[in-house]
Amino acid sequence: MRTDRIGGSPNRVGGIGRVTGSQQYVADIRLQDVLEVKLVTLDCARARIISIDTSAAELVPGVRLVMTAAHLPQPVPRFGPQFSDRPIIAVGETKYHGEPVAAVAAETRDAAEEAARLVRVEYEELPAVFTIAAALDPASPLVQDPSLRAGDPLAGTNVLREHRFGWGDVEVAASSADLVVENAYTFPMVTHFAIEPHAFMAAPDGDGIAIWSSIQHPNWLQKIISQILGLPLAKVRVFAPDPGGGFGGKQHTKLEPLVAFMALRTGRPVRLILTLEETFQAVRRTSAEVRVRTGFMSDGTLAFQDVQANYLIGAYADIADRVVSKGSYPAAGPYRVPAVRIVSRSVLSHTTPATAFRGFGNPQVNWAVESNMDEGARALAIDRLEIRLRNLARKGEAFIPVDTPADGDWEQTVRRAAELIGWGTPLQPGRGRGLALGIKSGPTTGLSYATVRLLADGSVIVYAGTSDMGQGARTVFAQIAATELGAPLDWITVVMGDTAVVPYDQQTSASRSTVLMGNAILRACQSIQAQLRTMAARLHGLDEADIVVEGGAVRLPDRELPIIDVLKPGLGRLGGELVGNGEMRKEAEPGHPLGGSAAFYEFNCTAVEAEVDEETGDVTLVRHVTVSDVGKALNPLQVTMQDEGAAIMGLGHTLMEHYIYDERGRIRNLGAIDYRIPTSMDLPLEMLSAMVENADGPGPYGSKGMSEGALLCVAPAVAAAVRDATGVAIRDLPLTPERVWRALRDRSTP
Amino acid sequence: MSEMLQTVPIELTVNGRRRALNVAVHHTLLDVLRDDLELTGTKECCLVGECGACTVSLDGRIVDSCLVLAVEADRAQVTTVEGLAVDGHVSPLQQAFLDKGAVQCGFCIPGQLVAAHALLAERPHPTVPEIQEGLAGNLCRCACYQQIISAVLATAEGTAR
Repeated sequence: MRTDRIGGSPNRVGGIGRVTGSQQYVADIRLQDVLEVKLVTLDCARARIISIDTSAAELVPGVRLVMTAAHLPQPVPRFGPQFSDRPIIAVGETKYHGEPVAAVAAETRDAAEEAARLVRVEYEELPAVFTIAAALDPASPLVQDPSLRAGDPLAGTNVLREHRFGWGDVEVAASSADLVVENAYTFPMVTHFAIEPHAFMAAPDGDGIAIWSSIQHPNWLQKIISQILGLPLAKVRVFAPDPGGGFGGKQHTKLEPLVAFMALRTGRPVRLILTLEETFQAVRRTSAEVRVRTGFMSDGTLAFQDVQANYLIGAYADIADRVVSKGSYPAAGPYRVPAVRIVSRSVLSHTTPATAFRGFGNPQVNWAVESNMDEGARALAIDRLEIRLRNLARKGEAFIPVDTPADGDWEQTVRRAAELIGWGTPLQPGRGRGLALGIKSGPTTGLSYATVRLLADGSVIVYAGTSDMGQGARTVFAQIAATELGAPLDWITVVMGDTAVVPYDQQTSASRSTVLMGNAILRACQSIQAQLRTMAARLHGLDEADIVVEGGAVRLPDRELPIIDVLKPGLGRLGGELVGNGEMRKEAEPGHPLGGSAAFYEFNCTAVEAEVDEETGDVTLVRHVTVSDVGKALNPLQVTMQDEGAAIMGLGHTLMEHYIYDERGRIRNLGAIDYRIPTSMDLPLEMLSAMVENADGPGPYGSKGMSEGALLCVAPAVAAAVRDATGVAIRDLPLTPERVWRALRDRSTP
Repeated sequence: MSEMLQTVPIELTVNGRRRALNVAVHHTLLDVLRDDLELTGTKECCLVGECGACTVSLDGRIVDSCLVLAVEADRAQVTTVEGLAVDGHVSPLQQAFLDKGAVQCGFCIPGQLVAAHALLAERPHPTVPEIQEGLAGNLCRCACYQQIISAVLATAEGTAR
């Protein structure tokens, strides 16, 4: 098999630039005469802005603009992917620590930083809410101005939305259940910590504007800038160089509107490169408190799931309310459950706006529900693997009524993970095992266009609006083109990240791109294949029906020709090219609780063996197994990289990561010194990842999306192993040594 | 004030090329590499010496270039990621990073490569724990750690192509 075709693992397309340092991320692009931007922020979360004195700042040599809300159109435009609630810059009041109240543009970074320090803001700090309990207290201040959602019965509360999902009758089921287990679990506030901090540039561009952003959704950004500036889409050109890690934190528009106005006002290119600390204040995952009541029959069969999930979102909604609804919707897991009641709320607070983050709201409820499965198994003295297998939905089963039925043979995945962890085999003293299942709905709507050009020499250019932020979309797209059009991988260029050149793509999220953009590219290639068939019929005096183009070759009734042998004579003396367009849609479904059913499910089983140091509370993962149902691995090495990367990222919120706020709503562990993410010293002693491939996905060649699955159920698997090793159940994350040590101490002092 | 910044002349040898320049006294080696010399392969992230994205070799010693003032590097030999390829060809370690799947988003990779090169120069046949410790200062949020370790091992064993 050729390694550059589907199923092979060629070197990453774009890899050479990444190992030589020539890959240009936004901060590496030098625009002529660019001004450097520095934000001005206050040292508290919520404050009333009394006045802003920019006179001293404006005197700093090299300063060209000190921008405040007063310089913007009034009322100051607001934007957001779900609600138009976020102002371009703080208006009247700051809502969270780090929200900019002014911004300086200067000839040098030094001048911008100095001037930012000299902006004098007179302000009055106001009472604020930083926790779910405080936000839900009717006596607490409101985060959002109720006029922003006039007519909404919840406008007088800090609950942005309440979502209710479910089926069957939980109370009836509860009355006949043999066992009811009820517990509360908390999930911490964590941040994406992409190694590339967010970076934004803007420049006047003729009668329009050009924006550069480390963004995952360039077309969505284009739309928002177009609306805010009143420009046609064609006059807003978004350049989106490959992000240096996204993980959801770079999906949506953040500070691009601000730099756009600064560029237009100065008539100069401007750029804003956030510090890592500023990215902590810009993006985070929703934290959550989840109360789960699970009913079991004595044989371990699930009777009901009753889930109440409060997610703490930030001061502006961003996409966080969608995180809450879509993340909590499959809370009952991949199981057959006769009665389910899910109530989830997005709760506003004066904290960093929460946004999408790998797993999209699922890890929070998954942590709670899977942990409760273990509780039930223990109480019923049923093996924890067995109880899951007994309830697991079979392929084709409508485990969530009115949604996509189970789209994989999930038992295979679970059994493979159990085998790899050695489930049921003897353990050394001080060690324990845990196993958990994770499920996530794939995209519920989607729209991707692709253009493919087969050039006269047989080389190929693919245009795809996906952002390759590390997941390897370029490579997979090139492999599809190589497979269909026969060009070697190094004869294929994949163009992304320029809305003036590349056709529309809705977004890069929900592990969609292999399936949605992949299908669009496949269709574009098929359009070229059809043109080649016509060409071959003409050249060889054959009927088109007798010609097949596939696998990079043209098959005539009596022989097979390489595509180039049809293309060259077919194009003739002038040369030229063949152009194919492809489109892939997943339409919205009115009446569906999420607006659309799942394109596919990401299904994962994680199993771990852990050793707990009873003296220090330190948890060591002796072995970590992750198995995902991927349909078909188009590039097995990249599947492994995404799977293991997601697993290790999951170890972050499981073992070490969490924001710590002070009483004024400031993140105390802001930055890389006090906020720890997994390093090479924090790896499981052994990591085993495997995949299940039954070619039963909706993507090209039977593929499914897979980049988030391995993160979904790390926490319940690890906590279960800790419990297995020590007998201690911990229901708050992360499982820091201190927390584990305290739990062990409390266990031994009755 | 920024236009009256005190500058000091320094001389650096960067990737074998001698460079003489005037630098602001408070600018770091990272600032000078990226802004003055336009060697943007070295990345900026945490600026407190914790993430390793700005790792360079300074007189054969691995440093976080965000923590070194440019004036401190006067007369030093500096190697950045741009200096790792030989005669226009990627080094065995760079190739091993690609072959083993050690590169995803790529933002941390320049620092990882410079650190790993130095590790191999000091210990041509490192053990896995030595690699883990040697690269502990280089964060990878894509978490390609397993693959990075494999790439370093393959290079040490001479099995990289």
